[in-house]
Amino acid sequence: MTPSIGKTLMVALLLCAACSVVVSFTAVSLRPLQEANALIERKRSVLQAAGRFSDGADIEAEFSRFEVRVVDLESGEFIDDYPGDPLKLDARKLARDAETSIALPSGGDPALLRRRENLTSVYLLRDDAGALESLVLPVRGYGLWGTLYGYIALSGDLERVDGLVFYEHKETPGLGGEVDNPSWRAKWRGKTLRGADGDLLIEVIKGQVDADAPEAIYQVDGLAGATLTSRGVTNMVRFWLGETGFGALLVRLGQGAQREEGAS
Amino acid sequence: MNRYREVLTKPIFSENPIALQILGICSALAVTSSLTVTLVMCAALTAVAACANALVSTIRNHTPTNIRIIVQMTIIASLVIVVDQILKAYAPDISKQLSVFVGLIITNCIVLGRTEGFAMQNPPGISFVDGLGNGLGYSVVLIAVAVVRELFGAGKLMGFTILPLTTEGGWYPSNGFLLLPSCSFFIIGAFIWALRQRDAEQVEEPQYRIAPHTAPAPVGD
Repeated sequence: MTPSIGKTLMVALLLCAACSVVVSFTAVSLRPLQEANALIERKRSVLQAAGRFSDGADIEAEFSRFEVRVVDLESGEFIDDYPGDPLKLDARKLARDAETSIALPSGGDPALLRRRENLTSVYLLRDDAGALESLVLPVRGYGLWGTLYGYIALSGDLERVDGLVFYEHKETPGLGGEVDNPSWRAKWRGKTLRGADGDLLIEVIKGQVDADAPEAIYQVDGLAGATLTSRGVTNMVRFWLGETGFGALLVRLGQGAQREEGAS
Repeated sequence: MNRYREVLTKPIFSENPIALQILGICSALAVTSSLTVTLVMCAALTAVAACANALVSTIRNHTPTNIRIIVQMTIIASLVIVVDQILKAYAPDISKQLSVFVGLIITNCIVLGRTEGFAMQNPPGISFVDGLGNGLGYSVVLIAVAVVRELFGAGKLMGFTILPLTTEGGWYPSNGFLLLPSCSFFIIGAFIWALRQRDAEQVEEPQYRIAPHTAPAPVGD
């Protein structure tokens, strides 16, 4: 048919209106389900990071053993009167707002985050006596294509990694996407974070770790064909465990553990 | 009725969109390392192709020709977003593995090829069937590739171990190459060869022949 401009515009307008109604209706009506999925996914990631997840496990039951606390990253203190559900604290949203975050100087931002939130939630697992068994911290940082979001779990003495799991990333499937590979994730377990002088030495190296080398206790095999992703993971882990990240919290928790040891 | 059957079954083997028209190769490489994911992708693409065909065909007589491609793309894109949202809500794990490739159905040449090539000239009912047929044709190739890749690459099918791997205490040394996307070129190539062995009509005339040397051979000085 030969179209007039009026008719053309009319068809375009009507079509766009109809399509946008359909798309928004689907998005809005499915959102509660998607959010519930995302929450379960995050709980599962926390469990996986801490090595407490097995296929078919009851995620809710297992997760309920964890204590969810909101922490002030600056002072490292727990916020007891946080209004709202610590589980729903949206660190990404807080990090976008100038009032609830700090800007990172260009030299002190290895994970390329630009801003760091002031408050975030962490997950603690305690044994029956109340001693820390595992501490799960949220981490995020830039890889190759985008930000990777995940959790790192530390052992009760805060000296070793229990596990590292990503629940959201945009890395190339098969290359950087191998951060999801269970056998690579398993390589993190038991790695030591700091050298004798307290510096963070943990890193993803290029190629395979030489098991006989003395620094092997700090090193994880690189992902083949994904140098930038591997580097991004190192940077993010070091940033979040460092001073600007969870440093203050780790120091405080570490002192607490020592006091308990001294008392007993 | 016969026409419907023809439209439905022809694209599966004799006019397969991947094997004959070599369309939609991108996702055939990307999402075929595991069969479960492949099946979901095939279902998603078939649904989009069929619905897009039906919708485009319904409004074909009101679509101004100068914006018809944009109209088709708008419809396809909306359908893809809907499918993506549904997957995120009901199959979050698979949706994560498919990641961008569900979104990339928008750019899958098979879908636009069918809306432009078939649905613009035919009534909605048969267009829907045509979309379904082409979706199935795409699925046949993808499933074949995925079966080969997952079975011989990871020793599994749909996540169940069939060939126990040596790394897990079995006897089958896995072929890591099959887990890389590029191996699909070989498998699709073999698939096309097999199809054309069966049906010689699909073999194309070579588009270009090297001309014989025309200059006389140099004869001493």
